[in-house]
Amino acid sequence: MARELKLMKGNEAIAQAMIASGTDGYFGYPITPQSEVMETLMAEKPWETTGMVVLQAESEVSSINMVYGGAATGKKVATSSSSPGISLMQEGLTYLAGAEIPCVIVNVMRGGPGLGTIQPSQSDYFQSVKGGGHGDYQLYTLAPASVQEMYDFVFDAWDIAFKYRNPVLILSDGAIGQCMEKLYTRDNIARWTEEERRQHAPWGTWGKPAARGHNIITSLELESARQEVFNHKLQAKYAEMKEKEVRYETINCEDADYIFVAYGSSSRIAMKAMQMAREKGIKVGLFRLITLFPFPTKQLAEVAKRVKGILCVEMSAGQMIEDVRLATECNVKTEHFGRFGGIIPTPTEVLEALENKIIK
Amino acid sequence: MANKDIEARRQELLNDGYTEVYTKTKVLTDAVMHYCPGCGHGTTHRLIAEVIDEMGIQDKTVGVSPVGCSVLAYNYFDVDFQEAAHGRAPAVATAIKRLNPECYVFTYQGDGDLAAIGTAETIHAANRGENITMIFVNNGIYGMTGGQMAPTTLVGMRSATTPYGRRVDLNGYPLRMTELLATLPGTYYVTRQSVQNPGAVRKAKAAIRKAFENQKLGKGLSFVEILSNCNSGWKMTPVAANKWMEDNMMPNYPIGDIKVDGKIAEGITAERLVLDHPLTVMQ
Amino acid sequence: MTEEIIIAGFGGQGVLSMGKILAYSGVMQNKEVSWMPSYGPEMRGGTANVSVIISDERISSPIINQFDTAIILNQQSLDKFEASVKPGGYLIYDPNGITHEPTRKDINIYKIAATAKAQELGISKVFNMVVLGGFLKLKPIVDKQYIHEGLEHSLPQRHWNLIPQNEEAIEIGKGIIEAVQTL
Repeated sequence: MARELKLMKGNEAIAQAMIASGTDGYFGYPITPQSEVMETLMAEKPWETTGMVVLQAESEVSSINMVYGGAATGKKVATSSSSPGISLMQEGLTYLAGAEIPCVIVNVMRGGPGLGTIQPSQSDYFQSVKGGGHGDYQLYTLAPASVQEMYDFVFDAWDIAFKYRNPVLILSDGAIGQCMEKLYTRDNIARWTEEERRQHAPWGTWGKPAARGHNIITSLELESARQEVFNHKLQAKYAEMKEKEVRYETINCEDADYIFVAYGSSSRIAMKAMQMAREKGIKVGLFRLITLFPFPTKQLAEVAKRVKGILCVEMSAGQMIEDVRLATECNVKTEHFGRFGGIIPTPTEVLEALENKIIK
Repeated sequence: MANKDIEARRQELLNDGYTEVYTKTKVLTDAVMHYCPGCGHGTTHRLIAEVIDEMGIQDKTVGVSPVGCSVLAYNYFDVDFQEAAHGRAPAVATAIKRLNPECYVFTYQGDGDLAAIGTAETIHAANRGENITMIFVNNGIYGMTGGQMAPTTLVGMRSATTPYGRRVDLNGYPLRMTELLATLPGTYYVTRQSVQNPGAVRKAKAAIRKAFENQKLGKGLSFVEILSNCNSGWKMTPVAANKWMEDNMMPNYPIGDIKVDGKIAEGITAERLVLDHPLTVMQ
Repeated sequence: MTEEIIIAGFGGQGVLSMGKILAYSGVMQNKEVSWMPSYGPEMRGGTANVSVIISDERISSPIINQFDTAIILNQQSLDKFEASVKPGGYLIYDPNGITHEPTRKDINIYKIAATAKAQELGISKVFNMVVLGGFLKLKPIVDKQYIHEGLEHSLPQRHWNLIPQNEEAIEIGKGIIEAVQTL
């Protein structure tokens, strides 16, 4: 697909971006509200055009392990799912992080716990940035807030994944997944050639040439001393991400007395609430997180110095607020407002929460 | 002896006029295997390595090891290797092969990995007819974790979690994964072999060779079960364990081809596929 | 200009596609747009609704609870969304199956007998375009030529032969919408 203006759902944008960004393989399992990702890929038949492999697995457990297998050969392999399916993938995610395999995972969140609802939610924040699976690992986590970002972040995710040899999570939700918006598509990037694959992933398992030793992809290390060294290496990588790869957006924060902190669809609702507040003469700004890990700790702390209060808006019982309070060291009045279980807060509710919880 | 000493001694013997009749294949590394003496894993590794060597596919082969005794298989094969999460090797292998169809891909799994926690991945990889080779080592027990009951543990057989013998009313029946997979249209070659004596080893090697050759044909999944003793888990000497395997495992898990070239093998009747499980008495 | 619309009715009435055609027409006219559906089991046999926003500026939230216009195609939707129309806004409804008429006094109310008209003309398949025509008569926020382009982008190419029929239906809708209450 050449550069074009389209109207598209967030989920379709993910699928189109996978094709356009030269993704080699997608393995998935149907779950609402993200099934359009695989449906779009199957309808587009990219195996006939770019050569991309698309396969419906028997479970999310299998699809993440297919990602592990395929991505370990140094190819660009992705999956997508929604909250309950992502829970099933946690074992695979910690293996991927532990074996340092670049890949892209999309979570189009829905309400929980358990089977929960199929409506949008943001209650997987802890799962995404505080572990999820076992062991000390991090997923680079991007939170798109529009259909355009759903598309663009797939491209960005590949860059980060291979730069750091780390899985990248695109954490979206049912609202952005199901919503249609304008989208500017990009020119297709060709899938890597054999030479490019070898150059980007010299560690990959594609068959050992006589000239090199065998490549082994594993997360097992029986020697504790070596495992500790490896953990230090992972931590150094995460520290470098914190230093270099933080992304966020500030809107009207310069003169703001109060700010909303939000990501994904909540940031859109908060933006509307901010506009409504400004119409009433309340100086409100929006600090939108784009990366959830690495969290923009320093940048938020800087903005927080100038404001009287912070309202965290998240479709959860209050998860992101913990990182906000850590960033500001609780120096500013900070409260949470959210609806959960699949209920989307209205801009009016968000503004009322600011007035009642922070300004009063 | 260090590896360089072994090589020096080898040269010395050759110089003295000895003829080399058997040597370790180059597809096995020089790493010292951790398997118990007398266990079937070592022999099975060697057979796979020889087949890879003889077919000249070392540079195109990717193996997938399981969780279990053979978790470290990647240290022993000099080919690219991935270590999968418990039971997930068929899913891992599926994607390796789909994305790298020019590669020869095999999984190496035990009975706990393949027939318990990985049942879904195994059945669905087989049912999709993934063009891969699966090697399934069945010793009726969880070796690595200390001898607990596996799905393949025989009725009456003792293990760490069936200390008075497996009871059908409590634990159900032994699972014949190989017979089950033979009934799926996605499998092309399904066989059960063993490695307890030279005759059995020769047949097992022919089966493994066929299973790798089949990847060239692209007709579906090849599945080779290898019966092995677990002498330490069974608490027997290796020789006694092999005898016990022949007397007790083989009536439950008969040796031979079950499906060849996509068709149920000659002599395999419906009765054969659904054999009763005789009660085994373990001293 | 920002127009925030809810279209609501039964699944199968073409609610989502009407919204999509409107939104795509907005895209073609270089407006900012969003299309946010209800989804999941709600869609199967029950009610379906979609919020469409068309604006000259960057759209903040695609999820809204107050609407400039509500286009209502069954009683459940009327019960649910009448209260969500902004004071001074518009409520358009098809009287087919409506037993309790809208009661708000602070909004403009219009009636469009699209179901009856489409049946009469044997064009039930493009019933939703009749309704869209009624809306565009009151709120001409997208030009005719862009509606044509919106149809082209929304329909698969094999159905492009149906575009003239869709456009005709829009014109019919413009002709039959009638005021019940205007402010």
